[in-house]
Amino acid sequence: MNKYGSVLETIQMIEKEKLDIRTITMGISLQDCADANSLKSCEKIYDKITTYAERLVEEGERLENEYGIPIINKRIAVTPISLVAQASEATSYVDYAKTLDRAANAVGVNFIGGFSALVHKGYSKGDRILINSIPEALAETERVCSSVNIGSTKAGINMDAVKDMGEIVKKAAYLTRNQDSIGCAKLVIFANSVEDNPFMAGAYHGIGEPEAVINVGVSGPGVVKSALEKIKGQSFDQVAETIKRTAFKITRAGQLIGHEAADRLNVPFGILDLSLAPTPEVGDSVARILEEIGLERCGCHGTTAALAMLNDAVKKGGIMASSHVGGLSGAFIPVSEDEGMIEAVKQGSLTFDKLEAMTCVCSVGLDMIAIPGDTPASTISAIIADEAAIGVINQKTTAVRIIPVHGKGLGEEVVFGGLLGQAPIMKVSSFSSEKFINRGGRIPAPVHSFKN
Amino acid sequence: MKAIISVIGTDKIGIIAKVTTILSEQSVNILDISQTIMQDYFTMIMAVDLSNMTCGFNELKKLLEKTGTDMDLSIKIQHQAIFDAMHNIEYGSDQHE
Repeated sequence: MNKYGSVLETIQMIEKEKLDIRTITMGISLQDCADANSLKSCEKIYDKITTYAERLVEEGERLENEYGIPIINKRIAVTPISLVAQASEATSYVDYAKTLDRAANAVGVNFIGGFSALVHKGYSKGDRILINSIPEALAETERVCSSVNIGSTKAGINMDAVKDMGEIVKKAAYLTRNQDSIGCAKLVIFANSVEDNPFMAGAYHGIGEPEAVINVGVSGPGVVKSALEKIKGQSFDQVAETIKRTAFKITRAGQLIGHEAADRLNVPFGILDLSLAPTPEVGDSVARILEEIGLERCGCHGTTAALAMLNDAVKKGGIMASSHVGGLSGAFIPVSEDEGMIEAVKQGSLTFDKLEAMTCVCSVGLDMIAIPGDTPASTISAIIADEAAIGVINQKTTAVRIIPVHGKGLGEEVVFGGLLGQAPIMKVSSFSSEKFINRGGRIPAPVHSFKN
Repeated sequence: MKAIISVIGTDKIGIIAKVTTILSEQSVNILDISQTIMQDYFTMIMAVDLSNMTCGFNELKKLLEKTGTDMDLSIKIQHQAIFDAMHNIEYGSDQHE
């Protein structure tokens, strides 16, 4: 293609196919904000975030303007608060969450992640307080996101934490019952969580990360779909090749913006997370890519294979395009945030069980799924355990972001609006997992954890 | 800094004149112009050098966009680096301007 053909291709990708930089996320270490006095600690946290991220939104908008590519979200991820807060005397960390919310509001970012705890092997004092504070923290703040890591390939699955998280999800749903239980949309339960993930709600700034860092997430499901439209009926070799080439271009755009943002904000560039992250808008759907590959409707037989190939090809294309690919790179399959997925659920093509199978080959897990509000906590815990097992055994990241919508049942729908979208309530098993969850303890690490 | 200006819309008399006048008034040097009719749409792409520009990037962008609105065209200006990065495999990850 000649030079001007390339120019037009880029313009078309941005204008028509919704190529965007999904998020610029500044990671900020709060390790030095620990203090025996929680008020002082919160003060330090507020000052540090507002100092580092002061120009984040402004520079993001400037880049958007100069390069002509939309940057949808500017966000912040911080050190897991359980680590920072446990030096203090506080018995609830809700005030820490409120501090994060205030800081996020002050610098103008829409989400701040890191109200988090890592408990894959067990609880420390602060972890327990943090987890107990999650429902209230999510109900009383607007922009704070929370995550808990309950399992890893090296440690196995902390089934006590799994049990607790089922109850925490229920409480969060109840406390935000007036807004369709939106609190649960800001809470992710991980196995093998990654420390450099720029995507909410699971973003936090890991302890191996530098003082501050810029991580970038790019996305372009529409661009991939449109590229595949041009090769209808051709073989899978050609499909994989086309996705790779497209992913390369998308990643390059992200790499450029990421480096530029890091330079201008005077912090190092961390990683590029190359993910196909959908939005509820038409033309920005991962499900529609799968359908373009040849499925009548997302969820029918063949969906897992198509998703596996898509995920792999995206990574292959992206890895060459950026020097540091990280995060959760791959394809996201949230239900409420993807127009094609919503449609597939409504048509009865996509079921909970098929979604679980798909998570074996996607980049995250059971994401943004609305279920009946009267689902018992133990059933939610069992869903978390299943998903964690998939991650732990297969040495991949998996997560659960599930919303038992208080007061709603099958046949009804929730509407969150914006990027969180809308979701029909899905059916879960009505048989009990209670005795299974009540055992507690830890599921041992799988045999392939012994790789040293 | 180099930038790409793209003008897309229905063909009419005076498009190039209008755009180049704005550029010359702001001391923007045109390096290359390519113009064609694609699927009934007038499509013009210009590579320009902004090193001696007398106004700010945003002002130039606004001037071009206003002309676009007046003439019922889409006129965009974007940093050239985004095109190089996406389409040129030689473009090193650390070579951005």
